[in-house]
Amino acid sequence: MQFMLLFSRQGKLRLQKWYVPLSDKERKKISRDLVQTILARKPKMCSFLEWRDLKIVYKRYASLYFCCAVEDQDNELITLEIIHRYVELLDKYFGSVCELDIIFNFEKAYFILDEFLLGGEAQETSKKNVLKAIEQADLLQERWPACWHCWSAVVICS
Amino acid sequence: MSLSVPLHEMIRAIRSARTQCEERGVIQRECAAIRAQFRQADNGGRSHNLAKLLYVHMLGYPAHFGQMECVRMIGSPRYSEKRVGYLGAMMLLDEKQDASLLITNSIKNDLSHSNQYVQSLALCTLACMGSAEMCRDLASEIDRLLRASNSFIKKKAALCAVHIVRKVQDLGELFAPAARSLLTEKNHGVLHGAVVLITELCERNPETLKQFRQTVPDLVQIMKGLVISSYSPDHDVAGVSDPFLQVRILRLLRILGRNDEAASDAMNDLLAQVATNTDSTKTVGNAVLYETVLTVLDINSESGLRVLAVNILGRFLLNNDRNIRYIAMTSLQKIVGTDHNAVQRHRGTIVDCLKDQDASVKRRALELSLALVSASNIRSMMKELLLFLSSCPPELRSQAASGIFNAAERYAPSQRWHIDTILHVLTTAGGDVRDETVPNLIQLITNTSELHCYTVHKLYRALLTDISQQSLVQVACWCIGEYGELLLRGECQEAEPVQVSEDDILDALETVLQSHMSSPATRAYALTATMKLSTRITDNVDRIRSIVSIYGSCIDVELQQRAVEYNALFKKYDHMRAAVLERMPVMEKNSPGHTNKESAGEAVKEIQPVNIKQALPQQPANQAYDLLDLLGGSEESLQPSLAPSSTALGLPIHMPSTAGGDLLDLLGLEATPPAPAPTVTVYEKNGVTVTLSCEKQSDSGLTVTLTASNCTDSDISSFTLQAAVPKSVQLHMKAPSGDFLPSQGTAKVTQMVVLSNPNKVNLKMRLRVSYSKQGSAFQDTVQIDSFPGFSAAGH
Repeated sequence: MQFMLLFSRQGKLRLQKWYVPLSDKERKKISRDLVQTILARKPKMCSFLEWRDLKIVYKRYASLYFCCAVEDQDNELITLEIIHRYVELLDKYFGSVCELDIIFNFEKAYFILDEFLLGGEAQETSKKNVLKAIEQADLLQERWPACWHCWSAVVICS
Repeated sequence: MSLSVPLHEMIRAIRSARTQCEERGVIQRECAAIRAQFRQADNGGRSHNLAKLLYVHMLGYPAHFGQMECVRMIGSPRYSEKRVGYLGAMMLLDEKQDASLLITNSIKNDLSHSNQYVQSLALCTLACMGSAEMCRDLASEIDRLLRASNSFIKKKAALCAVHIVRKVQDLGELFAPAARSLLTEKNHGVLHGAVVLITELCERNPETLKQFRQTVPDLVQIMKGLVISSYSPDHDVAGVSDPFLQVRILRLLRILGRNDEAASDAMNDLLAQVATNTDSTKTVGNAVLYETVLTVLDINSESGLRVLAVNILGRFLLNNDRNIRYIAMTSLQKIVGTDHNAVQRHRGTIVDCLKDQDASVKRRALELSLALVSASNIRSMMKELLLFLSSCPPELRSQAASGIFNAAERYAPSQRWHIDTILHVLTTAGGDVRDETVPNLIQLITNTSELHCYTVHKLYRALLTDISQQSLVQVACWCIGEYGELLLRGECQEAEPVQVSEDDILDALETVLQSHMSSPATRAYALTATMKLSTRITDNVDRIRSIVSIYGSCIDVELQQRAVEYNALFKKYDHMRAAVLERMPVMEKNSPGHTNKESAGEAVKEIQPVNIKQALPQQPANQAYDLLDLLGGSEESLQPSLAPSSTALGLPIHMPSTAGGDLLDLLGLEATPPAPAPTVTVYEKNGVTVTLSCEKQSDSGLTVTLTASNCTDSDISSFTLQAAVPKSVQLHMKAPSGDFLPSQGTAKVTQMVVLSNPNKVNLKMRLRVSYSKQGSAFQDTVQIDSFPGFSAAGH
């Protein structure tokens, strides 16, 4: 996979994961153009399209579009499954996930994605194992919590 | 010190901003606060602030001042800070940034961290944005992790190795042994990573590929386990056991089995099993089937297996899910060359997909349909394709048009069908065809001589309906110019008879010339066609001449040049006009002049420049006489003409006959040089003599030269000649050489008169002579009834 974008129906980016080296400017341009193209498509249309020289696979879940750019030899149908698996993971983690969850906890969404895909490829094919790993990492984080309610430079509690 | 709000607060504040301006304000305030926080020493909220900055970055605002903070955070001992730091590195840094190098050391340290979640962070970041340098530095670390660590790390290390190999191909050799041993693992994640790694290694290195062919039996074993084994809840997706792993193994098998009999044999049974047993009611099953089909078609599989694969694709074509249909057509496109007959069986469904709503599906269907056209189905396929063309999305039009042309050319059942098809395309999608279409079609038409009448009638009718499609208009103009007389004939066995008059045709061409929709090239076609008609029609030649002369002052340089040259054809070179404008010979395909718009105009252009070079530039009278002497010319005097000084072509001066003869020889024309024109005295009184000589220019054109001399003892001044001719004859008097006749005939005055007698009436001229001598004015009239060397009855 080259990149994955999550965006709302108004075209606001909620998550962008890039697996290829591109400058900020190039990323912005690609995102903007691709988002426009996909938003212009009608609901019943194919989930696959050729855009520039990329294969694009996208699917809409409620108010969010999940869009991946894959290589020529990649299997489009299994990419749809990957997208679906990611949505399931988010759903399990947040409990009936909605767009707001992803907005307010965007860093968590990234952590989950990074536990499912690595370098653009699936690293763990078991849903259970991915969720378990996230859980453990979260626990680890809590051992040295960042002070959510600190208002001045105060040392952490252990 | 500014206050720092929690992450959620900030997000809420940004979202509640009602305008872009307000949002910018909130963000600017927050960024300022974050910057201040970064500058401070360690505080508990660091990861917090970075997270806020990352959110702001995702909205599209600049955040490069956070890069160093990421580097610092990655180096922190706290997991929470490392986590956000690495996330920030993946979002804000890419390998092109200098700061990315700074994290190499931290990554190295974290790769050997005691805590696997810290290791995991480092592996993830390296695999996401590691540069070639970083990869080279850390490759051995990764290799170590591939061999000796737990499954959690092994699976990640494998994918990290994939990234390294993509960046630095040579390092592939390093990972091959470890990759091999990973295939024995039971953990699905590790297996998946191993298969991906091996795939990458084999794709890049043929040597490695050979080595890994030996693993085919192992891979087959693993697959069998997945397909047949009992239900494993951890990896099951809608009844398919670990579809992700299955698909990757199938893809690896494809690479290993390609062009290798033994390997293909070894996997034959397995593929058949997967193809038959996989449940195709859900997408996930179809994903596995799809990969299986791709593999079967790419390796040296048994014919039975191939048929099975193509049938699966056929079933896909009938699936309700549009995605599946699209996938099927993509795969069929790949094999339409090799398994043509198998794909032909599904032609009907594919053609139906031309009517699908989705543009991607339409595109695939178009490509496949064009590939499936053959001599036996050309008529029905073309019907469908033409129907498609009239309603297809604009981005597919030009592909469809050129595909149709190719198909028509290869399989046309008859020439008339071919011409009809091309005309149909030009009327529906004329704007999207390629430039070669016009000359190609013209060449096709000239070769089909029995259909000239039919073609020109059809094109004329098309022209009347619509002149916006440039290619069509160009071809139509060309045909009307070439075959205009067939259009006037009225009857035509293949089309309905229709009465077309010369005026109608000229009206049509003029409309094209004057329309703002016509491109310059189209107008050039129309002008040339109009000109050609001057030899094919009888009544309206004047109209043609006036059209052509109007364009002599057109702003478009190309049109102006043509018009001026055509004008010259009418005037000076009228005797050549018929030859120049006669029917074009049949064109050979790919002849050198083929792609240029061959028209009579081109031929004329080639001849004219020769003329210009030979023609003497305008000279005052005495110099002209000198020139005559140089040429050893006859007594004929040179008449500098009043020609408009058009740079492209100045009217060549009336050459003495011998020189004229030389000119004609230069051109290689067989025309006999005109005999020296006979001179006749038409007036002789009071010592003033006027002689006349004629030169025939064309069927109806005549140039008369009047020469006056004075053999009295006194000079004559203000000598003028006036002429009158019958109504239907056109007269143009050139400027006289002077108006002073010195005594004793020392010098003469000459004047040229150009006559045009298109109706071929009896040519008469009334000449009035007036002058003054010794202070008195004289005037006299004489009638000329016959002109030497020219009889009104034609040749």
